[in-house]
Amino acid sequence: MSNEYDAIVVGGGHNGLTHAAYLAKAGLRTLVLEKNDLVGGAAITEELMPGFSFTTFSYALSLLRPEIIHELDLVKHGFLPLMMPSSFHPTGDGDYLLFGDDHTQNLQEVRRHSPRDADAYERYHRDLDRVCQAIRPLFDNPPPNLWGTDPEDAVDVKWLMDHLGGIDRKTMHDTVRLLTGSAKDWLDDYFEHEAIKGYHASSSIIGSKVGPMSPGSGLVLLFHKMGEHDGHLGSWAFHKGGNGGFTQVLARAAQAYGAEIRLAAPVTSVITQDGRAVGVALEDGTEFRAPVVVSALDPRRTFLELVEPRELPLDLVDNIRRMKFRGVSAKVNFALDGLPVFPALPDTVDHYGGFLNIGPTIEYVEKAFDAAKYGWYSERPFIDAAIQSVVDPDMAPPGKHVMSCFVQYAPYELRGSDWETERDNFGDKAQAVLESHFPGFGDLVLHREVVTPVDIESRTGLTEGNIFAGEFLAPQMYFFRPAPGYSQYATPIDGYYQCGSGTHPGGCVIGSPGKLASQRVLRDLKR
Amino acid sequence: MIRTTPFHARLNELNDQHLFTHWQGTLSPLRYTHAPKHEYFAVRNSVGVFDTSPLYKYAVTGPDAEKLLSGALVRDIRTCRPGQAHYTAWCDDRGYVMHDGVVFRHASDEFLLTAGRPALSWFQELGTGLRVELEDVTENYGMLAVQGPRSRAVLAELMPGAETLGYFDHTPAKVAGTPVVLSRTGYTGDLGFEITVASDDAVAVLDAVLEAGKPHSIRPFGEEALMTLRIEAGLPLVDIEWHDARLTLSDADCVTPKELGLGWMLRGVRDGSRRFVGSEAIRRELVEGTSRWATTGIVVDAGDWDRLYRAADLFPPKSEHPLPYESMILDDDRAEVGYCTSFVYSPVLQRHIGIARVRPDLAAAGTELRLELAVNHHNTTVRIATTPMPFFEPDRKKS
Repeated sequence: MSNEYDAIVVGGGHNGLTHAAYLAKAGLRTLVLEKNDLVGGAAITEELMPGFSFTTFSYALSLLRPEIIHELDLVKHGFLPLMMPSSFHPTGDGDYLLFGDDHTQNLQEVRRHSPRDADAYERYHRDLDRVCQAIRPLFDNPPPNLWGTDPEDAVDVKWLMDHLGGIDRKTMHDTVRLLTGSAKDWLDDYFEHEAIKGYHASSSIIGSKVGPMSPGSGLVLLFHKMGEHDGHLGSWAFHKGGNGGFTQVLARAAQAYGAEIRLAAPVTSVITQDGRAVGVALEDGTEFRAPVVVSALDPRRTFLELVEPRELPLDLVDNIRRMKFRGVSAKVNFALDGLPVFPALPDTVDHYGGFLNIGPTIEYVEKAFDAAKYGWYSERPFIDAAIQSVVDPDMAPPGKHVMSCFVQYAPYELRGSDWETERDNFGDKAQAVLESHFPGFGDLVLHREVVTPVDIESRTGLTEGNIFAGEFLAPQMYFFRPAPGYSQYATPIDGYYQCGSGTHPGGCVIGSPGKLASQRVLRDLKR
Repeated sequence: MIRTTPFHARLNELNDQHLFTHWQGTLSPLRYTHAPKHEYFAVRNSVGVFDTSPLYKYAVTGPDAEKLLSGALVRDIRTCRPGQAHYTAWCDDRGYVMHDGVVFRHASDEFLLTAGRPALSWFQELGTGLRVELEDVTENYGMLAVQGPRSRAVLAELMPGAETLGYFDHTPAKVAGTPVVLSRTGYTGDLGFEITVASDDAVAVLDAVLEAGKPHSIRPFGEEALMTLRIEAGLPLVDIEWHDARLTLSDADCVTPKELGLGWMLRGVRDGSRRFVGSEAIRRELVEGTSRWATTGIVVDAGDWDRLYRAADLFPPKSEHPLPYESMILDDDRAEVGYCTSFVYSPVLQRHIGIARVRPDLAAAGTELRLELAVNHHNTTVRIATTPMPFFEPDRKKS
């Protein structure tokens, strides 16, 4: 078998697969090398007990760019995003907020808690929609190179300036307030009710070492609002079979275009010759050759492990070394014997159709964050849960359920202990929080899986278990992702590219880095 | 006086919206919850129930029952054996479609015909002089559609016969001790069944189905979900895709079976070997090629749709009703060459799709045309392509 290809993609996560599919579609003989026995990276589904499917890491779909669905013909390969019809937020006092698909019913739900917040709720969404609309072109295009000398760079910069110039004053100001400020400050301008603020703040801390009172949490909130499902901004879906089901779809699409995928094929290094990439070497010494090598791994591994940092400019190496990863997220996944009972809603299951947001107020979440500042996990963590078998009954045997809990904060580095020691204690803390909202929860548990930040790192390769392959901090976004001057998917090594979540626009199951990087590769190849 | 169906008492308890249409004078829920799309996904991914009782039901019995129906129905009823059902239509003498419906054959001389609009006098008049009894039994029965990939597993717990029942077959069965007719029929384009039950026993049967379906997340679905499902299935609906030929004031509102996409029902018409009301006109249409329209699916170019709205600073709508039905279809010269009769965003296909009528010469699959729509209060067009229907047809539907 020939080991020569037109392009080699290192890493079969969702961006690597997306990238490979685009390259193969353009006619390149493309090889994907995945270290694990299963494609998907952090987007996998595993059957840990017979009949019970767990979304081990990534657990929902929203930010996937809609054009990718069509350009890669994903529906033909089984793409099936199921609606998550509701959002449930216990308010901590036995009451709850329950949002659904009917805007006017949502307004009544807000009014039930605060008549004043009802029209604020409408203004809030309108203002946020305007910001999303304004920055979407930035999100969906490569960042211009501010430091480039190519005439095309000047054209790109002018495009950006013209676009920014067209944004009205209020929207521009709102954008800057979100990008630089805290979620709390932003939400305080709209809402009075603590639980309504708490509900909206929940997306401001996902995967990031910030609390909702930290500057920078506004950016995380905005990033998550950029997601859409069937045209609804900020709305989430559950892919049939979990995100592992989705990455299997991507793999089928890539293969249908002619890409080859090799599993259990860990790449240890990129082979360079005279300053350009010519192939890769696997752990077992096997070599594959291609004039294009694309890393879908995070920037730390892309620049400091796969290649010799000595071959790279010092400013890039410095920037990557100081890039912040600092994973703070863990998963606690459950197999359940039945549905939990929320005492105020004893006779219905409709509140389990989407996310269960366990973080009643901003103060609750900020207190959960406090521990992380000092190297410890939250006594009462924030939990973003979903009983996925309600949306997709095929995830569990009839009448049984699987529940995915994304739990924060769980700092990668613990002070005075380690995650192997703390695994069960941490799982108990998360379960105790659930028990306090859903009495009797513990009796339903058939199986519990605790996935610590160290597990995330060791199994997926994501540095320090950071789910975004580099934190969402302003100095690590757009022109600066992963480093100033290196945000356009190429690297200083000819033929070596990057397409992972550590590149613009960033993490989540979004596909953009993979797609935008493919455009760069194909442009350089003039395909 | 508005009617309610035999299942209403129980289904209404599960309805927290109380939004109804008046389907032939009967309360019919638009949706049961805030999220009709969730109800839709029950059918596409697990199992849902729909109350289809408002359909008219006519018992047709007697030695000449087959003779009456074979002279009235577009599809050859003689090929329908007892235990089978046919989706069919009937026409006026000009060959224009009046109604469609499903006819269940229970015995050589015993049929049950469903219809979306009242049709008793039509059939009675056609039956003059024949040994046939026609009875309106609409109120006697409830009909419950149980649809979706898990429908078979749920119903097999109650009726083992569900396991092996073939597509468009039906069989007597018992649910909770109550006799019912179980048929492998439906209006969703998915694996699915319908249960016909005496009205007095309807709630007991419904309860048994809901109980068996509980571990499978069964839920009732309303007309909004049904509309998306039936368009994906490419199934026409009276008064949307066409109007009863006997009631229209203009021939422009009438269509022939061929024009409606039901040409597959017309076996034996072209050679004159089969005669029914309207068949001679249809034969001439087939022989002379005089069909004015062809029915086709259309698929909107997703990128073009998004670009149109984004260029206008709007979010591209991907909802159940993004356009009024009957938007015009244009060719490259902006000449009207057809019209869309139903239009919807399909969640499983991730595209806008429509049932349309175009000039027959443009109906070949893959023909690129344009669909007229208004964006920001200006008329514009979006790229579409014709495509065969059904849009969505999983293997499980017939397997």
